[in-house]
Amino acid sequence: MAYAAGVDVGSTQTKAVIIDEQKKIVSRSLIDTGANVVQAAEKAFLLTLKDGNIREEEVSYVIGTGYGRYKVTFGNAQITEISCHGRGAVHMFPKTRTVIDMGGQDTKGISINESGEIIDFCMNDKCAAGTGRFLGAASMALDIPLGELGPTALKSERPVKISTTCTVFAETEVLSWLGKGKKIQDILMGVHKSIASRSVSLLRRVGIKDQVTFTGGVTKNLGMVTVINELIGLKMNVSDDSHYMGALGAALFALDHIFESRIPHEEMLK
Amino acid sequence: MTNNGHEKLVGRGARDGAQLFREWFQRLSDTAESGGHSAYVFVMGSMAEILRVFDLPMVFPEINSLQTAIRHVSAEFLNEAEDIGYSPDICGYVKADVALQMRGGGHPMGKIPKPSIAVLTNACNTYLKWAEIWERMYEIPMVTVDVPATRQANQQSQPGSEQFNREKKYVLEQIKELIKICEKLTGKKFDIDKLRQIMGYANVMSKNWKRVLELNKSQPSHFNALTEGTIYLGVANAFRGTEEGAQYFTDLVEEMEYMSKNNIGTLIDEKYRLCFIGVPCYPIFRRFNELFTDWGGTFVTSTYLWFATGGANLGVQYDLKDPLDSLAEGVLISVRDAMDSMFSPEIPLVKMIDEFNLDGVVYHPIKSCRTVSTGLADNRRALMEMKDIATLFIESDMMDQRVVSEAQMKNRVDAFFEGLDARRTREKMEQV
Repeated sequence: MAYAAGVDVGSTQTKAVIIDEQKKIVSRSLIDTGANVVQAAEKAFLLTLKDGNIREEEVSYVIGTGYGRYKVTFGNAQITEISCHGRGAVHMFPKTRTVIDMGGQDTKGISINESGEIIDFCMNDKCAAGTGRFLGAASMALDIPLGELGPTALKSERPVKISTTCTVFAETEVLSWLGKGKKIQDILMGVHKSIASRSVSLLRRVGIKDQVTFTGGVTKNLGMVTVINELIGLKMNVSDDSHYMGALGAALFALDHIFESRIPHEEMLK
Repeated sequence: MTNNGHEKLVGRGARDGAQLFREWFQRLSDTAESGGHSAYVFVMGSMAEILRVFDLPMVFPEINSLQTAIRHVSAEFLNEAEDIGYSPDICGYVKADVALQMRGGGHPMGKIPKPSIAVLTNACNTYLKWAEIWERMYEIPMVTVDVPATRQANQQSQPGSEQFNREKKYVLEQIKELIKICEKLTGKKFDIDKLRQIMGYANVMSKNWKRVLELNKSQPSHFNALTEGTIYLGVANAFRGTEEGAQYFTDLVEEMEYMSKNNIGTLIDEKYRLCFIGVPCYPIFRRFNELFTDWGGTFVTSTYLWFATGGANLGVQYDLKDPLDSLAEGVLISVRDAMDSMFSPEIPLVKMIDEFNLDGVVYHPIKSCRTVSTGLADNRRALMEMKDIATLFIESDMMDQRVVSEAQMKNRVDAFFEGLDARRTREKMEQV
């Protein structure tokens, strides 16, 4: 039995996934990336090995993805997170035609054809508005842990309108609403709606086709899932492994390589 | 051909083009030092044929500005203009030029003379506001040639039609006005035979430029439309209507035909043939191109080579028997086509995808130029509805490094090629 691994080094978190030859996730890990990207990649991979009780030499191929993909120094190849999220999403939800990936510093809209190939993608440019970073700013300003943002926002009855699109200025606007006596849940729902509307606008540029699969760290935020579902009028696919979708996609590409390497050379030449 | 002959011929266009430009900037420096007249003009409708009759050295502020970006000093120029109140959101070419004027013409390539006249067309809306800066700064005449644009995409008035004749007459009258202003400015009498000679050179250049663009349909392609192509279009603008310019493009055709005959390409392994839409990313000009060539991708054609030569790509041939009337017709057709190339590139592209055997189309809207960038997202969508072709949409700028993020750009380019690879693998499997 050979194993394949994917290591997704993102701007805020690093994820690693190991799969077996049946494409089943056997182990996974998630850590904060921090300042030392090389170390984060190694640490995430070693944790995954330990968690799955797998020896390093049993992993035949490793693919790095994410912004730090070239820092996965022990990896065999690199593939962008755009391709990896698309691949992971189609594997987990085969009828996926659109992927929305919301990460720490960027949000992507990915369009997929019937063959599971990526035919178009769109990302936020030069600005972290509409990404997880925006939620982080709100969390800091309101002193609420990230994990409680969604559930708190869902209690809102009269959400405020957050007009700024700038992550840095968002904090100022949140504080100004607090000063006006608005409830925290209403401010938070405003933040969620602001991010969601920018992300959906990005998604519209590639075209929204059913089924839509949501990937990335923000998938854990039920408030965001609810708001985006309302905006697009569809129920997005979300799984417990959505956060690991990039790493999973990378592991699947790595497994392809393992299978290809088993094809005799003469066959390849044909 | 001997090996020595081969080496002399292949790459000659790039070498000679660079040399011509060094000489051209030297001549501008000489004019600046002597305090002589100069005409400030633009790439889309320079009116070179008329200005050369009066021996007016032409200054292309767009070329001056892009040169500051290529030479990695545009940030200094942009900051100087922003320091006196020009917005970060406006055209980077304009701001670099404003800083250049404030420096008294000091430029990395030499000294740029002050303008005695500004001549422009309506092909870019910024041209008008830009020329007004010089008009007020130097109290010089500003002549705008208003070229009737296409009223509906793909519905241009055709030569011989009543509408075309009316439009041509409108352009002709404006050319006559320009001639009078030039006579007054230089004290020289208009010489129609000199115009004929200049237009003859322009004919040679246009015919050969069209041929050069067509020759790149071959596989492998002979020049990279983004890198070598930019050198060629620089010569097409600065040397239009000159003997040097005519000879340069005659030689360039010889070079391309030689490469074609001997199956010589611009890349060792041309895996993907691409079309570039928009204006290049000059602050990281070489690196930007490498993001594509690293994957075996090369730009075989580009709308930039059409609109930034003022439509010379059409190869319009002037009738020297009736030069003024023919010039008006040529300006109308070419400048209108330059505008169409910016605003509706999907129309010619549909045909070119097959002709050039394109694998993908790269759209590069730029932050500081609304004219060429507005509508590109729609153009892309329209093209993808008309043809099954891979496209990439990446945004940056032609001057402002502050909005050029190489890491983000690389991520998108890599994903684009990963998609092209997957597509090609599937197509091969389908063939089996």
